[in-house]
Amino acid sequence: MAKSPKQDRSVTAVVNDDISEAKRLEMFRAQVLMRQAEQRAFDLFLENLVKGTSHLSLGQEAIAAGVAAAMEPGDLSFCTYRGHAHTLARGVPVEKVLGELMGRDNGLMRGKGGSMHLTSVEHGVMGSYAIIGAHLPIACGAAWRAQYKGQSDVSVCFFGDGTTNIGAFHEALNFAVIWKLPVVFVCENNLYMEYTPISEVTAVEHPAADRASAYGLPRIIVDGNDADEVYRTMLEAFRKARSGEGPSLIECLTYRHSGHSRADPAKYRPEGELERWKLRDPLTIYKARLREFGVSEADMKAIEDDVKRVVDEATEACKAAPFTSTDILFTDVYADGGWAWRN
Amino acid sequence: MAQLTYRDAVARGIAQEMARDEDVVFLGEDIAKAGGVFKATVGLLEQFGPLRVRDTPISEQAILGAAMGAAMTGLKPIAEIMFADFIAVCYDYIANEFPKSRYMTNGQVKCPLVVRVGNGGGARFGAQHSQSIENWVMQFPGLKVVAPSSPVDIVGLMAAAVRDPDPVIFIEHKSLYATTGEVPDGEIVDTLGTAKILRTGSDCTLIALGMMVPRALAAAERLQAEEGISCEVVDVRSLVPLDTQTILGSVARTHRVFTIEENPRVLGWGAEIVSIIADEAFYDLDGPPVRITTPNIPLPASDILEDLAIPSVGRIFETVLRSMRS
Repeated sequence: MAKSPKQDRSVTAVVNDDISEAKRLEMFRAQVLMRQAEQRAFDLFLENLVKGTSHLSLGQEAIAAGVAAAMEPGDLSFCTYRGHAHTLARGVPVEKVLGELMGRDNGLMRGKGGSMHLTSVEHGVMGSYAIIGAHLPIACGAAWRAQYKGQSDVSVCFFGDGTTNIGAFHEALNFAVIWKLPVVFVCENNLYMEYTPISEVTAVEHPAADRASAYGLPRIIVDGNDADEVYRTMLEAFRKARSGEGPSLIECLTYRHSGHSRADPAKYRPEGELERWKLRDPLTIYKARLREFGVSEADMKAIEDDVKRVVDEATEACKAAPFTSTDILFTDVYADGGWAWRN
Repeated sequence: MAQLTYRDAVARGIAQEMARDEDVVFLGEDIAKAGGVFKATVGLLEQFGPLRVRDTPISEQAILGAAMGAAMTGLKPIAEIMFADFIAVCYDYIANEFPKSRYMTNGQVKCPLVVRVGNGGGARFGAQHSQSIENWVMQFPGLKVVAPSSPVDIVGLMAAAVRDPDPVIFIEHKSLYATTGEVPDGEIVDTLGTAKILRTGSDCTLIALGMMVPRALAAAERLQAEEGISCEVVDVRSLVPLDTQTILGSVARTHRVFTIEENPRVLGWGAEIVSIIADEAFYDLDGPPVRITTPNIPLPASDILEDLAIPSVGRIFETVLRSMRS
């Protein structure tokens, strides 16, 4: 049975003015950018210009925007194969992301990684990991380095609800707690483990939050379609991490508007579920919030138009860009730049 | 110059690198307070403290994942996976994460770490604590793999592995921990990708690794003394990078080659070496290359059965003799 997001909200958003207008406009723009870039990725796939697979974050933008808005420069993101939005949220140019999806030489990794492995170390995006659960221990390791070297950065690790049933999730949580690591685990619960409702394959109702107590962590569930709620919750998690109080586990309730991947029309969803969730579209919620705080329709429209210009220009630049040059086939297997495994 | 056990050489090699570079850290199960289940890391906790030498839970994925995250962001971790067989429970990092991170990101991500494993049979531990896992790890482009057979090589190759910018699987043989050898004083730094000719000979080449090295040397001794057959013995030491030139050079001199492998037959490292010889040195050969391996069976626990399974000095002697006489 489809869950109503209202019933699942155990933390009620407190509408107040603790968030500045500049911060809200930053989060709005980020969400608009992710929405438009993801839609463009889908359109380019239909034009056969994006090959392989892609996993879109349509409908889940508020989490990426809210988390990124709470991060400091130097903080690190560890993402999943559904990582376009989180990559864009850290300031990676749209052109670099679309170029990677299109296998162009201007792509983030010049086409060597593809949609599921977006990485931009200079932006703190330490990788998108396509093996479920692999990056939770990796994020612990990055946090261990910060702790060992006395550096103040925090590692954030995003994952889906399905990840909570793999062993690495449990190993990483225990490890992060016993070593008090500055890492924040963000579960994006979009109700589906690929094609299967998470409720059908999980022992507890809240796949992440209901496991938190096993690791001595508080049970935190937030409305993942409300960027303000995500932002506020993350600020506290970052404060805790930076002050040496250890990790946090945050379950964000959300819903993906598209299927699991490009091959999935999502026919398994009960009738009306998508429509109900679209009433709680993160962008709809956020525009109402901005109106409440006096932002004009014209100002919002100006942001949307500007983002459209950016995405259009990036698309054209990618279409005009050359395909990846074949001389990189053999580069960067080893640190000497090459691939030699014998003399 | 001191006589050192292979076991104590492990601690010395790690200590040499930790003393040199504060970014070198060490984690694993029972490695700190207990000094390792094989007692190969005794004294490191006392010397370098609990921030650098850290006991972990029984969480092999967390151990290798944390090592990778630390390596990506500036540390040089050494991780221990106690028995090499346990690589199977954290294989994702070996197969998918360490070796591919640099390539997939077009060179953005680095992964300079060392994974130590206790490998091999002879200790009567049975099928899940005795395996030779070289071919589990050498098949992934992006990984490096070394398997020292002597105390001095342990120290020197540990230094080379820790200083190497790529992920290195460091294979120690459990049944060699009690063996001893001469180790010079002072800093020792060896080179990855170099094989060693331990005995020169003119009739055939025995190519060995790990615990098979002392057995190949003992068989060579007997073949010379009892049959007048002169064997050259090559210790491969480094499977990736592979020192093909030393191997091909030896085959060009002796014209006959035997690989001596502890692993079960199928897809052992010797198969790759024999394939290279067939491709590149076929006309140097006076006879077919011969692989001497454990048969394709799981390892049994009983001493009588295990000794039958793993190539022994007697089996190496007889196989070489039969081939050379035929």
